[in-house]
Amino acid sequence: MKKRSKLGVLLILLAVCLVFAGCGGKKEKDGGTLEAIKARGKVIAGVKYDTKLFGLKDPATGKIEGFDIDIAKALAKKIFGDESKVELKEVTSKTRIPLLQNGDIDLIIATMTITEERKEQVDFSDVYFKAGQSLLVKKGSPIQGLEDIKKGVKVLTAKGSTSAKNIREKAPDATVLEFENYQDAFTALKAGQGDALTTDNAILLGMQKQDPNYIVVGGNFTDEPYGIAIKKGDSEFVQVVNDLLKEMKESGEYDKLYEQWMGVKPE
Amino acid sequence: MSKTFDIQILFDHWDRFLEGFLHTIEASAIALIGSFTLGTIIAVMRISPLKPLNWLGTAYVEFIRNIPLLLVVFFFFLGLPSLGVPLDGFTSGTLGLMVYTASFIAESIRAGIQTVPTGQTEAARATGLTYLQTMTSIVLPQAVKIVLPSISNQFINLVKNSSILAVVAGLDLMYYADLINADTFLPLTVYTLVALFYLVLTLPLSMAVHAMERRFSSANRS
Repeated sequence: MKKRSKLGVLLILLAVCLVFAGCGGKKEKDGGTLEAIKARGKVIAGVKYDTKLFGLKDPATGKIEGFDIDIAKALAKKIFGDESKVELKEVTSKTRIPLLQNGDIDLIIATMTITEERKEQVDFSDVYFKAGQSLLVKKGSPIQGLEDIKKGVKVLTAKGSTSAKNIREKAPDATVLEFENYQDAFTALKAGQGDALTTDNAILLGMQKQDPNYIVVGGNFTDEPYGIAIKKGDSEFVQVVNDLLKEMKESGEYDKLYEQWMGVKPE
Repeated sequence: MSKTFDIQILFDHWDRFLEGFLHTIEASAIALIGSFTLGTIIAVMRISPLKPLNWLGTAYVEFIRNIPLLLVVFFFFLGLPSLGVPLDGFTSGTLGLMVYTASFIAESIRAGIQTVPTGQTEAARATGLTYLQTMTSIVLPQAVKIVLPSISNQFINLVKNSSILAVVAGLDLMYYADLINADTFLPLTVYTLVALFYLVLTLPLSMAVHAMERRFSSANRS
């Protein structure tokens, strides 16, 4: 009984803490995101800290690097003429929309797929990365695309992933083998335990960078374009971001960054 | 949505549960027979009067018994293919299980052999039997009877350890459980059902151990 009441007190304390923590979130004044950024003197971008190529925190140096990060820096450069006027905040797929809506971050650049469902909660910029499911094979493999995944071909992926479901639908004759995670699946592919590995091209490009003996083939067979999310209704700031993307593409900076991170030229 | 337990899953995914269950039985049966045979050979090597054999047996037991099962399985799944011997997940999992369990069974049998009084061996050798003949017809039959309970315990462990196949896409019960769980998001139901499947295999073994222990202890008392 005594133990139980102690636990109860702890739970109440925890609840109180959570309530106060919830109140701590600051609200931006109504007005555009761009004005808020200018008044503050820096852009606050929500980025991933755990995603290779896009937003990854190097545990050794503490530096956060990736394609998404460089786009955030380019935005700061566009607004302030100084790419260091950017503050990065870690977001996860779960926290990013609430953080944006609370005004804790100005925009989300965090491998976020544009979906109809999400469009009801946030506004999206133009596509900045064409993500989708693809195939990774050993160099010189006879498999060059989805049409080569025939009966008896072993395709590796991670357990319970959308990728597993998709490949079963698109190539119903293939033998799909699922591993604990993508790194394990890649290890198995390298050991010759399968003919191809399938998941999002962003992950596959990371593997290709890690070991150039393996290449992404056949293009994407699903369409999950990444966009930059902005607070709903702020069309002024959406325009700023779209202009930025357009300028970067025209100046070649986009291609340069793409190749720097993905190891290949954009399609 | 709010359901946490839904027995319907068993019927909806019956085909995958069954396929996994059958693979688990197959892997366990092969590994069981294989590890018993291999374990016996190694036990005989460990107590053989020939030094090199002796050393080899000891090296096997001490090496395999003291590394994780996962490593043994990875040797077959990831290691051998790089040497040009490709084995699929099921085969490498089963082989790993066999090789690993054999080291424990060898130890049990060695202990059993050494409880057979040396007089038995001496008498057998005196009648002109060779070392191998003495082992196979005099010592081993007695030893196996003594060590049956502890060997059966190893077999129970073997059946449970067969879930290692899930890690190398070995298509066993645990592998399919992970997939069904990913489809249904009802881990409590899925893994409880899987536990029951494993119990169907292990409980009879466990009861056999108890029966043997009772028989031997009453035999000792009388």
